[in-house]
Amino acid sequence: MNDTYELRGGETHIEVHKFFPGSILVATFLALALQTTVPVYFPKFAILDLPLLITIYFGLSRRNPSTGLLLGMTIGLLQDSLSGPTVPLGLYGIAKTVIGYLASSIGARLDTEHPAARFSLIMAFYVVHHIVLLLTHRLLLAQTEPWFTTHLAIAAAINAVLGTLLFVPLDRLRRNS
Amino acid sequence: MVAIPSRHKSVALLTGVLIAQILLLAVQIKRDSRGRLVRVWAITAVSPVEKSGAWGFGRIRGVWNHYFALQNTARENEALRVENDALKLTISELHSKASEADRLAALLNFKQSHESVPMVGARVIGASPGDGSRAIEIDRGERDGVRRNMAVITPDGAVGKVIETYRDTAQILLLTDRESGAGAMFVLSRKQHPIGGTGEATLAMKYVPGDDTVTVGDKIVTSGMDKIFPADVPVGTVIEVKGGNPFKQIKVQPSAHLDRLEDVIILLKQVPVEFPKDADATGVAAPSAAASSDSGVVNAAPAPASAVKKP
Repeated sequence: MNDTYELRGGETHIEVHKFFPGSILVATFLALALQTTVPVYFPKFAILDLPLLITIYFGLSRRNPSTGLLLGMTIGLLQDSLSGPTVPLGLYGIAKTVIGYLASSIGARLDTEHPAARFSLIMAFYVVHHIVLLLTHRLLLAQTEPWFTTHLAIAAAINAVLGTLLFVPLDRLRRNS
Repeated sequence: MVAIPSRHKSVALLTGVLIAQILLLAVQIKRDSRGRLVRVWAITAVSPVEKSGAWGFGRIRGVWNHYFALQNTARENEALRVENDALKLTISELHSKASEADRLAALLNFKQSHESVPMVGARVIGASPGDGSRAIEIDRGERDGVRRNMAVITPDGAVGKVIETYRDTAQILLLTDRESGAGAMFVLSRKQHPIGGTGEATLAMKYVPGDDTVTVGDKIVTSGMDKIFPADVPVGTVIEVKGGNPFKQIKVQPSAHLDRLEDVIILLKQVPVEFPKDADATGVAAPSAAASSDSGVVNAAPAPASAVKKP
């Protein structure tokens, strides 16, 4: 992952963050490894979507739509790869590409450092991610899935709370420029 | 330094990436190809972490249980002392029953019966990282003789089938996955119907005619007709029956604890395996040898067919 880039001329009031070399790679790998390992011992952990939280965090922080969507695509395709042959490559890839793009686009326009802003954005992105997954299921895979469930609302809230907490240690990966 | 593309460039990139992935999806559906190469890379990269995670969790749990989870020890000690006195009386009764059981076990010649059923014990090292599928990953692969479409069970009942194999690992599609299915039948009526996953914790018995009699509590076992599972492996218990035309809607609670699997057994051949008569109802473990995950090829402990065959 490339860690250096320039600020956009017209939006210098929004701070663009750089990260230690390899930190995005390590965070992505850890998120995927934990997502596949921990639910074996703590089934309720599966409600967390760590790859999505990582996509959102680096999208919001780096604020570059191109790198954001490419990171989202990479994480999504890796998640597809680890989900077994019944999940076609591209299912999570498409959803996380969209989230990566949206997160970095919004990050370039808003200050997303405040915990309340982060909480709201994670919740919104979780729902959008779910909607994109559903659309892919319905339109491309001809599979019917329920649109909104109580589980979705609970999962969005839990991911938002834990994501907001997770972003604090992730902030330490930032390099002082 | 990499120059940030203009907004239009990033929208164009987004469109291109999305179209590429949609085409990728279309190709996989059309050709029934699942991008094995990419999956092999991903699994190879993550499985060492999963294996060490499995080892680490085991160690941490052991340390926690033996050294830290002792807060209520004094109170528990007192309760245990009282319980101990009562148990001493029970033990003497059990001694006589145990020796009787030993004699019966010897008569049934369990051990000899095991050797005809080739199996591999495996530890679950990973789970599907999303809601898209219900699959698990195990620490046995092609090197251990595991192949696609082999049946996977626990002493409690059917778990699923092997859907992908790698050198040292394999992926199992659980019965609860919505794309999963197996040939099944009701224990009492012996009527055969397919059973499949719903994407949730329960299973659905399919194509049961509306005029058939099915009651809550009915036991379901595999029929053996799917050429994957041997016959009479416990699958589950009916927990809900809704009338329907032309077919009933039947919800089934799986016999195996599919949401909490740590060790499984892969049947290397479709050879009948005998289960304790009420394994699917009580959850009582069956063959102790089969429960070991550290062993290589293990053998089940079936009793002679006449002793445990269901009616």
